[in-house]
Amino acid sequence: MKIPKDIIVRLYRTMLRIRLAEESLVDPIIRGEIRTPVHLYSGEEAIAAGVCSLLNREDYIYGNHRSHGHYIAKGGDLGKMIAEIYGKETGCSRGRGGSMHLIDPDNGIMGIVPIVAGTISLALGTALASKIRDDKRVTVTFFGDGATGEGVLYESLNFAALKKLPIIFACENNLYSTHLPISEIRVNENISETAIPFGIKSIRIEGNNVLDVYESAKMAIEQCRKGEGPVFIEFLTYRFRGHVGPDDNIQGSHTDIRPKDEIEKWLKKDPIIHLNKIMLEEKICSEAEIATIHDEVQKEVETATQFALMSNYPNPSELMNYVYAG
Amino acid sequence: MSMQVRKLSYSLAVNEALKQIMAVDKEVIVMGQGVKSPWYVGNTCKDLIRLFGEERVIDTPISENAMTGAAVGASIAGMKTIIMHPRIDFSLYAFDPIINQAANWSYMNGGRASVPVVFWLVINRAGEQAAQHSQALHSLFSHIPGLKVIAPSTAYDVKGLLISAIRDPNPVVFIDDRWLYGKEDNVPEDIYEIPIGKGIIRNEGTDVTLVSSSFLATESGLAVDALKNEGISVELIDLRSLKPLDYDLIINSVKKTGRLVIVDGSWKTNSISSEISAVINEKAFGHLKTPVSRLNLPDAPAPASKTLESEYYITKEKIVTAVKTLLNI
Repeated sequence: MKIPKDIIVRLYRTMLRIRLAEESLVDPIIRGEIRTPVHLYSGEEAIAAGVCSLLNREDYIYGNHRSHGHYIAKGGDLGKMIAEIYGKETGCSRGRGGSMHLIDPDNGIMGIVPIVAGTISLALGTALASKIRDDKRVTVTFFGDGATGEGVLYESLNFAALKKLPIIFACENNLYSTHLPISEIRVNENISETAIPFGIKSIRIEGNNVLDVYESAKMAIEQCRKGEGPVFIEFLTYRFRGHVGPDDNIQGSHTDIRPKDEIEKWLKKDPIIHLNKIMLEEKICSEAEIATIHDEVQKEVETATQFALMSNYPNPSELMNYVYAG
Repeated sequence: MSMQVRKLSYSLAVNEALKQIMAVDKEVIVMGQGVKSPWYVGNTCKDLIRLFGEERVIDTPISENAMTGAAVGASIAGMKTIIMHPRIDFSLYAFDPIINQAANWSYMNGGRASVPVVFWLVINRAGEQAAQHSQALHSLFSHIPGLKVIAPSTAYDVKGLLISAIRDPNPVVFIDDRWLYGKEDNVPEDIYEIPIGKGIIRNEGTDVTLVSSSFLATESGLAVDALKNEGISVELIDLRSLKPLDYDLIINSVKKTGRLVIVDGSWKTNSISSEISAVINEKAFGHLKTPVSRLNLPDAPAPASKTLESEYYITKEKIVTAVKTLLNI
C-alpha cells in the first residue's frame, strides 16, 4: 500500500468525525431544537476527508449548502460548527449564518453558501489572488452535480484555464439535484467531460473510496502547486439522507423519490465501512484500536454539543452588528 | 507632502487615483471588460498596464458573473479588487456576486470576513443607445444592506472617493457617469480621501433646497446659476454618496429653507428621491412650507429616438421649471 498507515488512520478518523457529528444532529432536528436547514453529508465523507487531508492550513476551500464535512475536514472547530447550527453567539458565524454559512478564514475555510454554484467564482478569485501573489496556495471549490446547470461554472472553467489558476473544481456528483435525478437535468451524465473542451485536465473517480480520492487529490494539488493550471475532478457518490434534514419527509420538501434498491446499493458502499474493512484486512488497526477511535470521536462530539448547548444566543440588541465591516 | 493643486478632468482624476493607489499598494488590482480599450473606458485606465502589468490589470473575457465573482473572491483573500463594467447594464449578470455574496458576506459570516471590493459601474447613456446602454440603477444598489454606493460629480470628489472606496473594507458600488469625463476641477496632486457618506453644499441659499448627485448635480449647478439671475436663492446639495446617505445635511438644509426639490436620475418609483422624501416627511415635516417636489426619469425604459430622449432625460431647463413650480413662480 502506497499511502502511509498513519494517513489512512487519519482519513478514517476524519470521516468518522464528520459522520458522528452530523448524525448527532438528527434527533435534535426531529425534535425541532435545530431549525436552520441542515443538509447532511452522510455517505459522502470520503471526498472532504481525502481532499482536505492533503491541503495545507493556508490553502483555501469553498463549500455549498452541504458543507459540514468540508468544514470539519479542513480543520474547522466542531464546537463552533454545532453552536452555529444551534444559532448561538459562539458559533463560527456568531449565529448569523446557520448551517449553510460556516467559515473559518484562519484555517482557509473561506466561504460556504447555499446559492448553487455561488462559490465557484469566488474560488476563482482566491486562486487569482494566489497567482498574482505567487503564494503557492491552492483553492478547492466543492460543488454538486446540480451546479453543472449554472452558467457561472463554465465561465469560471474558461477563465481558470486561460490564466492557469491553481484551482481544483471538485464536483461531488451524488446523482441528484435536490429531487431531480441526473438523467432529468442533462444528456451526458459524465460530468468530468464537461471540463475537457476548456483545456482542463479532468478525471472521474469513485468518490466513496477515500484512498482513490486521496490519490486523485494528490495529483491535482501537485499540478496546481507547480503552476500547471486547474484540475476538474468528478467524484461519484451518494447521500444517505434527504436533500435537507434527516430525510426529505421531515425537514424538507417531501420529495425524496429515490428508488429503494438504489439507496440500498449505495448504503453497501458506505465509505467508512469500506475503509474499516481495508484497515482490518491490511492489519493497519486492530478492532480494539478502531473501537478506541470511535470512543474518542464520540466523546469529542459530545463535548462539542455540550459547548453549543451551554452557549448563549445572540443578544437581540446586536441585530445590526456586522452589516458593515470595520 | 505637496498639496499642489491643478486642473484635471474627471476621467484623468479616476486614472490618477488608480495609478497612485496601485503604486503604493500592490494588493490593488483592476479587472473588467475593456480595461485595455479607450473605446470602453476612455482614458481612465491609461498607462495602467504599462505601469503595473497584465497580472494586476486584467482585461477579461465577457463573463460578467464569473469575473465579478472572481473580483469578490480575490477580495475575500484580502486583495483590494476593482471590477469595472463598461456599461452598468452588464453588471446585472453579476447580481449574485454583488448582492447575494459581497453585500451579505460580513453579516452572514458574523463579521469574521469582509470583502474590500469596488464595483465600478459606468453609465454612458443617451446617444440613442436605448434601454440596455445604460440604465439608472443607483437607487437599486442603494437598497441593499452591506453595500455602499458613491456617485461623485467632480474630478476632486471622484479621486478622493475612489481612494476611500478602494481602502474601504466593505463592497462599494462606484457609479461613474461618462458625461462627466471631460469636466475639469481643481485636483490635488497627492493621494487623498473623501469620506463615504458625506454630501456637500455646492451653493448656499435660503429659498429652496435642491438635492442631486452625479451628472445631475452639475446640471443642477447650472440651474442654480440661472435661478440666481432671477433672484431665487437655492441651496444646492451634492450627495456624492447614496449609501450611506447624508441625511443630516439634507434635513438641516430643509429646516432652513422649508422647501425641497430632489433631482434624481433614477426612475421615480422606489428611488433615492422616494427615500429622501420619506425621511424629510419623518424628520422635518413641521419645517416644510410646501410638499416635497421630485424630478426623476419617467417610469419607462430609456428610448432610442432623439425626440423621445429629449423628453426622457432631465435637463437644466427642467430643473429650473421644477424649482419655479414649487415656488409658484
